[in-house]
Amino acid sequence: MQRLTRYFLVPQQCYRFITDWSPWLTGAFLLTLGYGLIAGLCFAPADYQQGDGFRIIYVHVPSALLAMGIYTIMTTTALISLVFRIKLATLVMQISAPIGASFTFLALITGSLWGKPMWGTWWIWDARLTSVLILFFLYLAFIAVRAAISDPWARDRIAAWMAIIGFINIPIIHYSVLWWNTLHQGATLTVFNPSIAPSMLYPLLSMIIAFALFYLILLCQRLCADILYQERKAAWVQEILHELT
Amino acid sequence: MKQKKKLGFICFLIVLLGLAAAFVLYALKKNINLYYTPTQAVAEKLAATQKLRLGGFVAENSLDIDSQTLQVNFVITDYKTQIPVHYQGELPNLFREKQGVVVTGHLNANGSFEATEILAKHDEKYMPKPVRELLAEQGVLNAR
Repeated sequence: MQRLTRYFLVPQQCYRFITDWSPWLTGAFLLTLGYGLIAGLCFAPADYQQGDGFRIIYVHVPSALLAMGIYTIMTTTALISLVFRIKLATLVMQISAPIGASFTFLALITGSLWGKPMWGTWWIWDARLTSVLILFFLYLAFIAVRAAISDPWARDRIAAWMAIIGFINIPIIHYSVLWWNTLHQGATLTVFNPSIAPSMLYPLLSMIIAFALFYLILLCQRLCADILYQERKAAWVQEILHELT
Repeated sequence: MKQKKKLGFICFLIVLLGLAAAFVLYALKKNINLYYTPTQAVAEKLAATQKLRLGGFVAENSLDIDSQTLQVNFVITDYKTQIPVHYQGELPNLFREKQGVVVTGHLNANGSFEATEILAKHDEKYMPKPVRELLAEQGVLNAR
């Protein structure tokens, strides 16, 4: 526990920890992305009814999962930052918002591109599509609110409350296809009984890991930059800057 | 202690909010559902002119497409109630017999359905063609 707090509460330790581990993150990301893309786009067999069009699943499903996952991380860090006032949690919350918004946008766009040939429409106001669009707006609202308030303390608190209140949408997205009848199909990926052939499943799992690692890499880069900026007057940062120049 | 109180307060608010959302969504259930099943549509006794969506499957051996005039006739079913559907126009790729579909239009006085738009529903199953054929041969797959 002491080691943990040392790593994540002391900015310098946090910075060191991230820079030590980031080559491994990047390596793992490139490996999973490479395997996922090549196996998914070239070697996975075509689907029996969608043909090659099914391959959009390799971008759509990871994006949609990350869109919801990142929002969950935002809510968790918002809670931590409200209750325990940990600066790092506030940072993670604010950095995650634009990344999550991007993944949500990607999920909406890829879904729309797939929907036109398969369903026959770009968009329909069914429960799943609408709730994901609301998620996108929640991300945008979070970013807008943060940009609109100049007092840092009030800004972080109000944004954290917004993130927590918006979390109510996450279970709604997940269960929308069960609670209501929708055009969107139910979940393909389930823990015990995924309804997708193994040859198509493994590249998908690899892509999901790759997308998650990509989020972690972006998060770490931004965290490092923010830590360096905040501690720019500290001796250890001056030392790093000195080494660089 | 103060932190514990605060955490408790936030959790209480979240539960309250969740309940409120649940009640609202439950009250709006009818509006959120994308379509009526044929059974529901018949039970609702909807006015003949009311625009609605029907969701179900294209009944086996019911599909009749005139490739000259693009007239499409088929029966939509939820395996309890059947409603004949008439449509003229383009069809999505996945439209075929035994496929899930969502049709927009209105009911006629004689109980048939006049469709203005047809959407195909895709299920959550993904499998390669050879596997599908093997399963069909072995009779593991039912009608779907």
